[in-house]
Amino acid sequence: MDRLERKDILGLQDMTQSEIQLILDTAISMKAVLARPVKKVPTLRGKTICTLFYEPSTRTRTSFEMAAKALSADVSSISTAGSSIVKGESLKDTLLTLQAMGIDAFIMRHQAGGAPHFAARTVQSHVINAGDGMHEHPSQGLLDMLTILDNKRRLEGLVVTIVGDILHSRVARSNLWGLTKMGATVRLAGPKTLLPAEAERLPVETHTNVDAAVEGADVVNVLRIQLERMNSGFFPSIREYARLFGINKERLRRAKPDVIVMHPGPMNRGIEITPDVADGDFAVITDQVTNGVAVRMALLYLLLGGGRNVGTA
Amino acid sequence: MWVLLKGGRVIDPSQGIDELADVLVRDGRIEAISGARSAISAPDGGSGEVYDVSGKVVAPGLIDMHVHLREPGAEHKETIETGARAAAAGGFTTIVAMPNTDPPPDNRAVVEFVMGRGQETPINVLACGAMTKDMAGQEMAELGDIAEAGAVAISDDGHPIQNSLIMRRVMEYASMLGLPVLTHCEDKELTADAVMNEGITSTVLGLRGMPSAAEVSMVQRNILLAELSGCHVHIQHVSCAGSVEAVRRAKSRGAKVTCETCPHYFAVTDEALAHYDTNAKVNPPLRTWADVAAIKAGLADGTIDIIATDHAPHSLEDKEVEMTVAASGMVGLETALPLVVTKLVDEGVLSLHQAIEKLTWAPARALGLDRGTLSEGAPADIVIFDPEAEVTVRASEFRSKGRNTPFDGWKLRGAVVAAIAGGRIVHGELSVRGAERKVLSGKERQPLPR
Repeated sequence: MDRLERKDILGLQDMTQSEIQLILDTAISMKAVLARPVKKVPTLRGKTICTLFYEPSTRTRTSFEMAAKALSADVSSISTAGSSIVKGESLKDTLLTLQAMGIDAFIMRHQAGGAPHFAARTVQSHVINAGDGMHEHPSQGLLDMLTILDNKRRLEGLVVTIVGDILHSRVARSNLWGLTKMGATVRLAGPKTLLPAEAERLPVETHTNVDAAVEGADVVNVLRIQLERMNSGFFPSIREYARLFGINKERLRRAKPDVIVMHPGPMNRGIEITPDVADGDFAVITDQVTNGVAVRMALLYLLLGGGRNVGTA
Repeated sequence: MWVLLKGGRVIDPSQGIDELADVLVRDGRIEAISGARSAISAPDGGSGEVYDVSGKVVAPGLIDMHVHLREPGAEHKETIETGARAAAAGGFTTIVAMPNTDPPPDNRAVVEFVMGRGQETPINVLACGAMTKDMAGQEMAELGDIAEAGAVAISDDGHPIQNSLIMRRVMEYASMLGLPVLTHCEDKELTADAVMNEGITSTVLGLRGMPSAAEVSMVQRNILLAELSGCHVHIQHVSCAGSVEAVRRAKSRGAKVTCETCPHYFAVTDEALAHYDTNAKVNPPLRTWADVAAIKAGLADGTIDIIATDHAPHSLEDKEVEMTVAASGMVGLETALPLVVTKLVDEGVLSLHQAIEKLTWAPARALGLDRGTLSEGAPADIVIFDPEAEVTVRASEFRSKGRNTPFDGWKLRGAVVAAIAGGRIVHGELSVRGAERKVLSGKERQPLPR
C-alpha cells in the first residue's frame, strides 16, 4: 500500500490498520524532511489548502499550516470571526463558495460532531477533520501514536491509559480507535460523570479509579479538564478533581518504570497534571507537537500528492 | 349520489368484520355492507359508479392523530392543503393538526382558522389546541373557547409543561371540558442540547444523547397526574421500552391512559444516524433494537393503542446543516401504511385487522370521533389498499412539501390504491366494473362542501 484510497480523513474509526500504518510510515519520512536545514519540499506546489476553523485553535491550525507550507502548498485560513460565517452564511454555502475558488483540500474544525462528514458530502475537494465536536480528532490520534512509536518502537501489546474528561473528548475517541486497531490495550479513566454513556461497550477498559487505570501502563495520556465542566456540575471542585484524578509523580509509580506521559494541550498545570510530571523525564509533550507537523504533512501528501516517494520529490 | 365497492376484503375492526363483501356508499355516508355470501347490486336510482375492488382491502379511512401542518407560520414547509394531499395519498382521511404553529392555536381564532382551512381540503382536518399561552408552559390557554371552537384535544407539543403543578391544573380543567390531553413526554433538563438517543451510538458519534429516562420519567409523571385529576391522558410517540412498561402498568390498574407510537420507532434505530443523516434526527429520538422489540410487544399486547405518524415536514435548508442545528422530525403520512404492513403485519407482530384498528377505530375512540368505522350511517371515509403490492419510497414524489425521511429508496409492501372521504374519491384510481380503467385524481375534484 503506498497511497490512501480515500477522498477524506474524517476519523480513525473507519480507517484500516494498513491505512494507519501507511500514514505513520509516511510521517516518519516527513520527520526526516523536517530535520533538514531547508524544511521544504515542492510536492504540493500549486495546491491550495484552506483551514476552516469554527472553533478557536492555536496549535492544530498552526501545525496544519506549517505542514502545508513545508510541502509548498498555498494556504488560506478562515475562522468564524471576521468572515461571512458571522453574517449567518450556512456551512453548505461557505463550502461551495470556497470550492468554487479552487480549494483542493479543506482542513476543518467545527463544534458539531459530523460537520466534516457533511462537508465531505457537499464538496468534491478533500476534507480533513481537524476536530469535530466530541467526535474525532484523527490527526491528534495519529500524532499520539507516532509519539508512542518513537519511544516504544511498537504499538501492539502496549497498555495506554487515557485520563480525564472522556465524555467531551474527541482526542480520546480517535486514540481509542487508532490504538486498538494497532493492537494496543486502551484504558479510559475519569469521574463517572465524564465517562460517556455505555462506554463499557467500546473495545476498551473503563475505570473511575485512576490508580487502577495507571497500574502497569506503558503510556499515560492526560486530557485537559475544562473549568466550565465544574460549573456544569460534572465534579465538585478543581481541588477534588486534582486529588482524585490528577496525574502526579506518586500515582505514576504504579505505571511501568519506562512509562511516558502525553498531553494534547493546552495544559492546566496543577490540575490534571502536576508540574513535576509535565516537565519530568517521562513527559513527551513537546515531541507530540513536533510529530503533529510530520503527521499532518503525511496526511496532506497522501491525499493530495499521490504515491511518489517524498525523499526524491 | 352513490358509490358501490364490489368484491373487496372488507376489514372493519369497529364491527369485527374481516370478509369478502360489497360496500355501498350514498350521499357521503356508509349505507350498507353485504354479508359474506350475499352481494349488493347497483341501486336503480340516482347517479353512481360501481368499482371493482377485488384483491384489495377495503377499510375505514385511516386516522392520524399526530401531524404537523406548519400553517399558520411556516407555509414553506407545509400547508394545511399540501398536508391534506399527502394524507390522502397515504390513505388518511382524518388528521389532527398539532399546535406548534406560529401563532399557536392557544385561542379560539387560530383554532377556527385551522379548522376552516381544513374544510377547504378534501379530507377531515381537525385541530389540537395549545394547553398554555404561547405553549410557554406557564399560563393556561382559554381552553373553554378552544373546546367550543372544535378542537378535539389539547397539547403543548414539543414544548411540554415541565412544572407539575401547572400540568395538574391543565389536566383538571381539561377533564371538565372532556378534552383529551396529548403529551410529548420529555424532561427538558435531561435532554438539553441533545440531538439523539443516549447510548453507544451517541458515544461513538460524539453527539449529545437523550436518555430514555428523560421520556419515561415524564410518562410516569403525566400518568400519575392524570390519575390524580381524572383526566384522559394520551402519551404521544412512545419510543422506548420504559414508556411501554409504564403505560402497561398504568392500564393494568385502570388508569385512563392511551398511547401511540410511530412507524419510525418500530422500523429503525439510532444506527440510522451513524453517517450523520439529519433526516434521522427526530424527537423523541430513534432508540435501540431492544426498544424496537418492546414497541412491537406493546403493539401486540394492546398496550400501544394507536399508530400515528408525527408527520413533521421540514424544508431542505432546515436539514442540510450540521446535526446540532438541524430541525427535528420526519415526514410520515406517505410511508406509514407500507411501514405498518411490512414491519408489523408481514413480520407477524400484528394481524392486518389489528393493524387497521390502531390506524382507525382506536384513534377515533381516543378522540371521541364518529369516524374510523364502516358502520351504517357513518361518514363514508374509506381506504382501499393492496397489502401485497411492492412500493419503493420516493421522497421526491411526495405530495408533502417535506422530503425529510430516512426511508427514501426503501422497498416496502402495501400500496394505497384509493382514498374516499365523505363519499368522494380524494386520492387514487379505481377500476370501473365491466369497463376500462377510469382515472380519478384528487386534483380534478371539487372540495367537499360542508
